[in-house]
Amino acid sequence: MAETTTNSPARPGRLQEFWRYFRENRGAVIGLYVFAAFVALALGADVIAPHDPTVQDRAATLLPPGWAEGGSWSHPLGTDPLGRDMLSRLLYGARYSFFVGIVVVVIAATGGILLGLLAGFAPRWLDTIIMRIMDVILSLPSLLLALVLVAILGPSLLNAMIAIAIVLQPHYVRLTRAAVMTERSKDYVISARVAGAKLGRLMFVTVLPNCLAPIIVQAALSFSNAILDVAALGFLGMGAQPPTPEWGTMLAEAREFILRAWWVVTFPGLAILITVLSINLMGDGLRDALDPKLKRS
Amino acid sequence: MLRYLLEKIFTFVPTFIGVTLISFAFIRVLPGDPIIVMAGERGVTPERYKELQEQFGFDRPVLAQFWEYLTGVLQGDLGTSFVTKKPVWDEFFALFPATLELSLCAIIIAVALGLPAGVIAAMHRGKFFDRTLMSTALVGYSMPIFWWALLLIIVFSGMLRWTPVSGRIDLLYFFPDVTGFMLIDSLLSGQKGAFSSAVSHLVLPSIVLATIPLAVIARQTRSAMLEVLSEDYIRTARAKGLSPFRVNGLHALRNAMIPVITVIGLSVGTLLAGAILTETIFSWPGIGKWMVESIRRRDYPVVQGGLLLIAVVVMIVNLVVDLLYGLINPKIRKS
Repeated sequence: MAETTTNSPARPGRLQEFWRYFRENRGAVIGLYVFAAFVALALGADVIAPHDPTVQDRAATLLPPGWAEGGSWSHPLGTDPLGRDMLSRLLYGARYSFFVGIVVVVIAATGGILLGLLAGFAPRWLDTIIMRIMDVILSLPSLLLALVLVAILGPSLLNAMIAIAIVLQPHYVRLTRAAVMTERSKDYVISARVAGAKLGRLMFVTVLPNCLAPIIVQAALSFSNAILDVAALGFLGMGAQPPTPEWGTMLAEAREFILRAWWVVTFPGLAILITVLSINLMGDGLRDALDPKLKRS
Repeated sequence: MLRYLLEKIFTFVPTFIGVTLISFAFIRVLPGDPIIVMAGERGVTPERYKELQEQFGFDRPVLAQFWEYLTGVLQGDLGTSFVTKKPVWDEFFALFPATLELSLCAIIIAVALGLPAGVIAAMHRGKFFDRTLMSTALVGYSMPIFWWALLLIIVFSGMLRWTPVSGRIDLLYFFPDVTGFMLIDSLLSGQKGAFSSAVSHLVLPSIVLATIPLAVIARQTRSAMLEVLSEDYIRTARAKGLSPFRVNGLHALRNAMIPVITVIGLSVGTLLAGAILTETIFSWPGIGKWMVESIRRRDYPVVQGGLLLIAVVVMIVNLVVDLLYGLINPKIRKS
């Protein structure tokens, strides 16, 4: 009961305060708008896309974009080597990227937070075991580990997502554990313990909400990392398989045409860059807004 | 200091055993019978199956297998490649100099540009230069480098024809491996044009590989400098009338370097991950390309051994960075 009374009036104020800080960072606000626009485009792909993303038009292969010489406005961004519409493929590709980002972050964050809480509250030996395992994962270059995991599981979008979630997860474990360590000895936790709160309650209700700020910032960072890594795996042929219109896979298919048709290479990469950039801009804003102490000017 | 040193080395051992365990487990967690999986579509005769089972020791208890693997690894025995029939260890060391050369060039570019950029940005905080630089750094940090590599190839190799697209040197030149570094070997060979050919092959891959570390180092240097510049001792140094160069260059930068060195050390992992993509795109005959090809060919002993060796390289670099950190940071050095 005590909690609902202290929390509920504070909530709207906190959100407003967050927005006030967030708004100060112009880059973050631009990032948010761009990101929102991309999400809207991805969600509306069925309506906006002029063509089916997988239908091949043998009569119109490697057609330049609408404004370029020889292009036609029925394919505004041109067509790929198999005559598929670039714009439609990019729009549907956005869906995969956001989907991948969300799923990877949810898996990595859930697993990482649970393990981090466990490590923070567990006896010393269990803590050591968990953290050494995380050290081992961190000592392997993320993309290499993801590649090897995909080699074991077989190349597919789902396996690429699992692999990347495993690779990103130690960061959450470390952050959560570090936050738990500083919170654990504070008075409010001790008083909750004295009042008879069980371990589960101490972990999730008492301590976790106070550790969330760095975790949220990490979530933004790993969202963009997940999109980049899945695209990289797709580019190496170890992620989404053709004909899936995934951005990295599109780049891989376009590679041999780079000197003849600049648009098949330029647009998918630009889409990745803009998405990742907008998320990173938001991440910087989140960091500043959630943790004024860390504020780097 | 000695205690710090020993502590760092002691955490190295369990991590090393953990990495060995992962690479040991790798072949054994392949879904299905590993030998059948490795044999692929061609299948395998019962006699050959038995032979392979003995060769890999799959017929013995798992713990015994791991012990054998671990002792083998410590003696430099990482198995042999299915494809080339050569020891994995030998292949790794034949290709490693190429990756090392590329990574060293990349890290030199990243430090040489990132460090001054970060310092200057911090000194002109909020001004035009700072804002432009930090926006550029954020773009670099968000860059999908495999796309960036393709763009550079389009412009510099396709349109301007300045640089070749792949390999380490023109096929025209042939000289013995002395150091394994193409830049040095081509100079030693004394052949005309060999060195410039090696340089022109190296430029684009190094730039691509340097991009993300460069952005990270510039950002980190700037924020470390900003933090240090607001300290009291900097105000004291200014009040004493020291020249801005002494204040910024000697007093501030030295202390700002401590977090920056950590970042440089951490970017070794990023570099090796980046090398996988960069080497694949530029057909650079190094470890990254070797690993990708081995994964594609299902050459499992190579994947297993390569994974272990790369992890060990990263771990050693991290250890060295930790030790350097102890040397630079007086708080640790004197305790």
